[in-house]
Amino acid sequence: MSVGKTLTIARRELGTYFNSPVAYIVISAYLVASGALYFLQVFLIKEATLRDFFAVQPLLFIFFAPAISMRLLAEEKRSGTVAMLFTLPLDDWDVVIGKFLAAMSVMGVGVLLTLAYPITISRLGPLDWGATIAGYVGLLMMGGAYIGIGLMASSWTKNQIVAFIIAFIGSFGLYLVGKLLPLMPASLAPMLRYISLDTHFANIARGVLDSRDIVYYLSIIGGCLFLAKQSLDSRRWR
Amino acid sequence: MPQTMIEVKDLAKDYGLVKALRGISFEVPAGEVLGFLGPNGAGKTTTMKILTCFMAPTAGTATVNGKNVLDHSLEVRRAIGYLPENTPIYTDMTSLEFLQFICSVREIPHNQRKKRIRELAEVCGLLDVLAKPIGDMSKGYRQRVGLAQAMLHDPPILILDEPTSGLDPNQIVEVRELIKEIGKEKTVILSTHILPEVQATCGRVIIIADGKLVADGSPDQLAAGQSKNSYRVLIDPDKNEGSPYRGGNGSLVRALSVKLESIKGVKSVKESGGEDDAIGLLISADGDADLRREIARCARDNGWLLLGMQRHHATLEDVFRRLTGKKASSAPTKLESTKPKAEDEDGEKDSGAVSASESKADEKDERDADAEADVKVDADKADADKADADKPDADKADAEEDEAVEEEKKEKSK
Repeated sequence: MSVGKTLTIARRELGTYFNSPVAYIVISAYLVASGALYFLQVFLIKEATLRDFFAVQPLLFIFFAPAISMRLLAEEKRSGTVAMLFTLPLDDWDVVIGKFLAAMSVMGVGVLLTLAYPITISRLGPLDWGATIAGYVGLLMMGGAYIGIGLMASSWTKNQIVAFIIAFIGSFGLYLVGKLLPLMPASLAPMLRYISLDTHFANIARGVLDSRDIVYYLSIIGGCLFLAKQSLDSRRWR
Repeated sequence: MPQTMIEVKDLAKDYGLVKALRGISFEVPAGEVLGFLGPNGAGKTTTMKILTCFMAPTAGTATVNGKNVLDHSLEVRRAIGYLPENTPIYTDMTSLEFLQFICSVREIPHNQRKKRIRELAEVCGLLDVLAKPIGDMSKGYRQRVGLAQAMLHDPPILILDEPTSGLDPNQIVEVRELIKEIGKEKTVILSTHILPEVQATCGRVIIIADGKLVADGSPDQLAAGQSKNSYRVLIDPDKNEGSPYRGGNGSLVRALSVKLESIKGVKSVKESGGEDDAIGLLISADGDADLRREIARCARDNGWLLLGMQRHHATLEDVFRRLTGKKASSAPTKLESTKPKAEDEDGEKDSGAVSASESKADEKDERDADAEADVKVDADKADADKADADKPDADKADAEEDEAVEEEKKEKSK
């Protein structure tokens, strides 16, 4: 693996995102949805906090992350460029991580643009910047987990729609597990709570950056990227 | 002996139940341009994909530049420039961006990138379209970008999967020239099903069919491996009372064969494509000598009616058709061993297309010989007509039919 090659892949991938309407459409849709949902709330509760903004993020990401990640590998397979890409002297990790970073950057741009909200709010009332920044760090972590799931789904199929649906089901499942906790057998509850994307983010949205939550997200990302890499590699298995 | 650049041993690949490759072996020495021939689905692309480390073989080994494709995948990929089938390249980039991307993946030093891209853009005729998105380009230009991409890092080995598909005739010639030029110092494997292309560019040809290697040799050798000349003759042995050729058709053919085989240069005679009252024979000959005169003379001396004769020149196309058709043999054919088989299968194969493959140089030659044969045949016909006079009507009808055949042949030879 080499950093240079990984960044080359990421740069090329990012070029594709911004050369096509994909990135613009996804980012605008994300901004409209999250802005509308947040500002409907914030004027009702009359409090300078981003808690409600963060609260809707796990749900929004279920739609937007797969939309970003679905094309990552599926499109290469569909158009046949895999034959080019994987006969270049690149490690599979270069490709997987490069693509992951590119998708993260697109998501990052979307998230960055929402900084307009805390800036606006901080003019209207006292904003807890510490909690806000912690929240943003958590947001990117959670986004990474969603993108990881999406990248893994994209490595399994050559159809972008299928990649989207698998990623959607996967991340929605992990989200739902947390919401359905009260209905689950008590013995399973701690485990289910741990695997839920949502419960971990709830801590962060409150402004608490816990190392357990960070470890959780990093392990989701690591696991998904590993499986994606294995899926690419399986082509070379005997 | 030059160094062996590519070595493939018993390579096999299954896609689920489909056996794409059933154990092929070959070697490519440095500096050779190897043509990979085969019908669609024969396993050309699969072999190339294995050599370029895109996928692993099910069994067997492939070594590129002394490195096993499985164990030293990265080194192998560094040593190879690959143009995949259909030139899949990122359509949203301009060709300049794409070549820069390849430079950076190939880790070409920064200070050389500009120079390299310029050189290859020039060689591949891309200078005018460097700023054009690849998606907007015609197939031909896309193909050139693919070629430039494959050669960017100056690899010792080039693997080109159908490099001229989608190009117009001018571009095809250009690309062939380019490949020939590259082939002087690099090892090149190219796949195609355009046969003239192989003859034009390759020093050696491998034909695979149905996942097996069926022939291996230079284009000329392969064409020569077919008995180089064959003659199709149609003879009415003049079954008059008292003729020595009376009797069953089998013995008749044998009798004719014995006479014909005594001609110097004739290797074998085989019955093929006869008509009601005439025997069709396929005469295979060694060497380049034109035996039509001898055959005609032999017919005259024995009192046969020579109704038609056609000389047939074997081409690579024949070899390809014969080896990759349904009757393809299972054993790899090395030059020498193609000869006996040529006899076995020529009969069935050739009956469809007798003429058409005669080269221009021979045309005049042939006309002369035909004229000679015609004279002889006419004389015979006069005799036959006389005989017909006191024969039943059925025979007359036959003779008329034969005449018609002859007219047809004459028409053809014109």
